[in-house]
Amino acid sequence: MSITTFLQHCLTGISLGGAYGLIAIGYTLVYGILRLINFAHGDIFMMAGYFMIFALASFPWPIAIVITLVITTVMGVVIERLAYKPLRSSPRMSIMISAIGVSYLLQNLATYLFTAIPRGYPEIPLLKRIFRIGELSASLVTLMTPVLTIILVALLILLVNKTKTGMAMRAASKDFETAKLMGININRVITVTFAIGSLLAGIGSILYFTDRMSVTPFSGTLPGLKCFVAAVFGGIGNIPGAVIGGFFIGIVETLLVALGYSTFSDAFTFLLLIVMLLVKPTGLFGEKTVEKV
Amino acid sequence: MSLLHIQDLRVCYGGIVALDGISFEVAEHEIVTLIGANGAGKSTTLRAIMGLVPMESGSISYHGDKINGLDTQKIVGKGIVLVPEGRRVFANLTTLENLKLGAYLQSDKEEIESNLNRVYELFPRLKERHWQMAGTLSGGEQQMLAVGRALMAAPKLIMMDEPSLGLAPLVVKEIFSIIRRINEAGVTVLLIEQNANVALKTANRGYVLETGRITMTGSGQQLLSDERIKVAYLGKSR
Repeated sequence: MSITTFLQHCLTGISLGGAYGLIAIGYTLVYGILRLINFAHGDIFMMAGYFMIFALASFPWPIAIVITLVITTVMGVVIERLAYKPLRSSPRMSIMISAIGVSYLLQNLATYLFTAIPRGYPEIPLLKRIFRIGELSASLVTLMTPVLTIILVALLILLVNKTKTGMAMRAASKDFETAKLMGININRVITVTFAIGSLLAGIGSILYFTDRMSVTPFSGTLPGLKCFVAAVFGGIGNIPGAVIGGFFIGIVETLLVALGYSTFSDAFTFLLLIVMLLVKPTGLFGEKTVEKV
Repeated sequence: MSLLHIQDLRVCYGGIVALDGISFEVAEHEIVTLIGANGAGKSTTLRAIMGLVPMESGSISYHGDKINGLDTQKIVGKGIVLVPEGRRVFANLTTLENLKLGAYLQSDKEEIESNLNRVYELFPRLKERHWQMAGTLSGGEQQMLAVGRALMAAPKLIMMDEPSLGLAPLVVKEIFSIIRRINEAGVTVLLIEQNANVALKTANRGYVLETGRITMTGSGQQLLSDERIKVAYLGKSR
C-alpha cells in the first residue's frame, strides 16, 4: 500500500470515526446520568436517516437538516418520557429491558412504515463536492465530519463544565437524591441529557448516511453497537473518551477493510470490547474514584 | 404560629410501618431536636418533609401552607433545606461548585456572592479549599461543606440528619457551636441526632422518637435530666 492510499484510508477512517464519536456521546451521557445503556440509541440514529429522506423530499436541504434534527431530538426525549421515566425507581435491569424493547419497536415500526427495502439517501450536492489536497481527494463531508465532531465535543465539554445546567448534570450523575435536595429538577436534567444525545445522533446520522447512500430499518443496529463499544473503550460516562473511542474504531475498521480483511472488521470491534472488559473494565479514561466516606 | 407543623404523619416502607402517626411542631427561631435509637424513624421524618419518601397519611404544613405532595425542588424553593445523613457532598465537584449548587434556585448574583461570603466566614476552611475536589476533603470538612452548601440556599428552616456522625469529638463541638450561630442569625433548626447529650444541650426543645412514635417531649434541659432518657440515651447505668 502506497503512502497516499494509506493516508486516503486514514482520512476515510477519521471521518467515519467522527460520526461514531458523535453517536457514542449519546451512550456515554445517558449512562453517566441514569446508569442506563440506551439500546434504542442506534435506532434513533436510524430513524434520523429516514427523517432526512422525507424532509429532503419536500424542503431545501438547510431546512431539511433543521427539521430532521428537531424531530430526532424530540423523539429521544419522548422515548425517555414514555419508556424510561415510569421505571425510574425500578431495578436498573427493568429500564434496560425497556430500552431493548424500544430498540425492536423502532426497527419494526420502520419496517412497517418504510418497508425493509433500502431507501436511497438523498445527496446534498454541497456536502458531496470533492476537494483535492495534493494527491488525496475527499468529499466535503469527509473533511467536515472530524472537524465538526471536535467542535461539538468542545462545546459540550464547555456546557458540562462551565454552565449551571452542566453542574446540575454532573451532580445528578453522582447522586440523584442529593441533587434533588439542592433544588435541581431531575426530570429536566434527564430531558436535557436525552435531547443532547439525540441531537448529536441526528447530526452523526446525516454525516454517516451521506457517505453511505442508503438506509434500512436495521442500519442503526451495527453502528449503534460499535458506538456503544467506543463508549466503553473510552470509559463509559466520559465524554472525550467516547469520542476517542469512536475515532479509534473508525480508523482501525477502515484500515482493516483496506487491507482486505473486511470480513473481520466488525469482529475486531467486539474483540476490542472483550479485551477491554478483561484488561481495563473502566475503559481508557474511566471514572476515577477518589472518595472519602 | 409554628413554622413547621407535622400532623399524624404516617410512612410505610412496603408494609413495614416506619412512622406511626407522629405529630410535632417547630416554631420560628427555635432549635428542635428529634432523638431516638437506630430505626426509630428520625431520618424518615426528615425525608418525608422533603418529599423524598411518599407518606401514607397525615399532613405537613409550613407557614400554614400544606407542603405534602410537593416536589422536592418546590420545597427547597420555599426555604426548607436538608443536610443529609453522611454528608453526601458531590465528590466529583470542587468545594466551590458544591456551594454554588446549594444556591441552585437563587438567581440574584449579588445575593449568592454575599451568601458565599457568609458561609466562608462561618467556615474559613472552605475558603482555603474552594478549588479542591470535595471527595478529597476530610470528614469534618465535608460536614462543614454539607452545612455550608445548605446555607447557600438562604433557608428559613435547616434540617440536619446526624451532623455528628463519624466525626471526632472536637469537630462535633465545632459543628454544634456553628449550629448555634446559624440559629442566632435567624435560621430555624430541626436537628436529629443519636448523640442525644450534645443535641439536647443545644436544642430549645426535644422530642423522643421510639419505633415510629413520639413517646416524650420537653425542653432540652427537662429531657436531659429525665431519668428514663438518661438510662436509654445518655449511657447512664441503672
